[in-house]
Amino acid sequence: MIGIRKKYEHEVLRVDSLAIKKGEIYGIIGPSGAGKSTLLRIINLLTPPDSGSILFHGKPVSYNGAARLAIQRKMSLVFQKTLLFRDSVRNNVAYGLRARGLALPEIEKRVNALLEQVGMTDLAARRADTLSGGEAQRVAIARAVAFEPELLLLDEPTANLDPGNIEMIEDMVIKMNNLRSITVVMVTHNIFQAHRIAKEVIFIHQGDIIEMGETEKIFSAPAEEKTRAYIEGRMVY
Amino acid sequence: MSSLFEGVIEAFRLIVSLDPDLLHIVFLSLSISGAAIIIGTLLGVPLGAYLGLKSEKKTRLINKLIFTLMGTPPVVAGLIIYLLFSRMGPLGVLGLLYTPWVMIIAQVSLAAPIIAGLTMVGVRSIGNEVVENARSLGAGPALATWTVIRESRIAILGAVITGFGRIIAEVGAVMIVGGNIAGKTRVMTTAIVLETRKGNFELAIGLGLILLMLSFIVNSFLYNIQRGGKNN
Repeated sequence: MIGIRKKYEHEVLRVDSLAIKKGEIYGIIGPSGAGKSTLLRIINLLTPPDSGSILFHGKPVSYNGAARLAIQRKMSLVFQKTLLFRDSVRNNVAYGLRARGLALPEIEKRVNALLEQVGMTDLAARRADTLSGGEAQRVAIARAVAFEPELLLLDEPTANLDPGNIEMIEDMVIKMNNLRSITVVMVTHNIFQAHRIAKEVIFIHQGDIIEMGETEKIFSAPAEEKTRAYIEGRMVY
Repeated sequence: MSSLFEGVIEAFRLIVSLDPDLLHIVFLSLSISGAAIIIGTLLGVPLGAYLGLKSEKKTRLINKLIFTLMGTPPVVAGLIIYLLFSRMGPLGVLGLLYTPWVMIIAQVSLAAPIIAGLTMVGVRSIGNEVVENARSLGAGPALATWTVIRESRIAILGAVITGFGRIIAEVGAVMIVGGNIAGKTRVMTTAIVLETRKGNFELAIGLGLILLMLSFIVNSFLYNIQRGGKNN
């Protein structure tokens, strides 16, 4: 991303330059209203920036319908508020595969493998809107990775979940990253979670990327006072 | 009170005797309202979905227009259609006045705005969220739109039920454009008006009860589909 600017009522995001490396897990941290979700939406091409450009594999991304769809199909975004379609768990997980026109046997094979991987084979026929919060979020992530995107964007995937489900989802994310080499960019308010699973951390404050680097370095010796204040819980916002 | 009681008895007598005139009226009522609700759904659902997915700012005027049309008095709709299809009207050459066809058109004009308006509200309440989820999973515009319609199916069925309730019970429009001709354009509601005017209150109440029963059966069917939508 180069020279990205986004304004609603006031400017909410200013990113002069941001590069996401393939195969990494990024944790985006920062106070509420810092611009974290806007950043994810811009990366996912759901929200166009007011200025600046986005490059995918070094090529500028176009917002023209077909070109945008082609790039969007290489990534997926799990929203903060889980929305599963009023359908079975199986059909929810299969949605992205059907959108890509895969053959039915291939869809079946992939969905079965994925449901097994996330421990939800028994719930395959269950209506998605009868699931618990943790189960729904697991389905949402399974649905997002079913078509093996290159980039998985997660917006607060464990907000309001109990510790057991948080652990399960974190394991899933790490497994997807390890087994399928899916690059992960995860927004989280939970700095301990970012510490646990991210290889790199991006700290955003009031629309600016204040600091970005290896997780251990950011947590043990942040270069910026704002980052330190946020990590140590001294930042009032 | 005795008229009401005798009306109940008359209703049973009409049903049990399978009165051919009554059967014709019932069949015509259901055919006209059935055709109108199907056409109204085919017109109203796509229009409502389209408007529901558009920014409210861009569709403000048409939204107001649809909401206004939702409350159109049936007699006004009937009068306009009468003028359009009367011999001197722009569509008079078609010769449809006082036929079931123009009664269907009149009922479509009443049902379609209701279905479009309620579909629009239903789609707008979830549309953006569903579209963004669908797009983030790789859906193109057509699939994303279809997903929104599918996700709004309970609201859409509610719109269809409301539209059907409106047209099966209306009398003004079908009376004006159909003329209440026995054996040709006489439907349940116009027959009730006629029998009331003739002082045949028992028969009018009997017909009213049958209309209520039919409405109950059709709405129960639609309601069960809607409940099924919640469970599927």
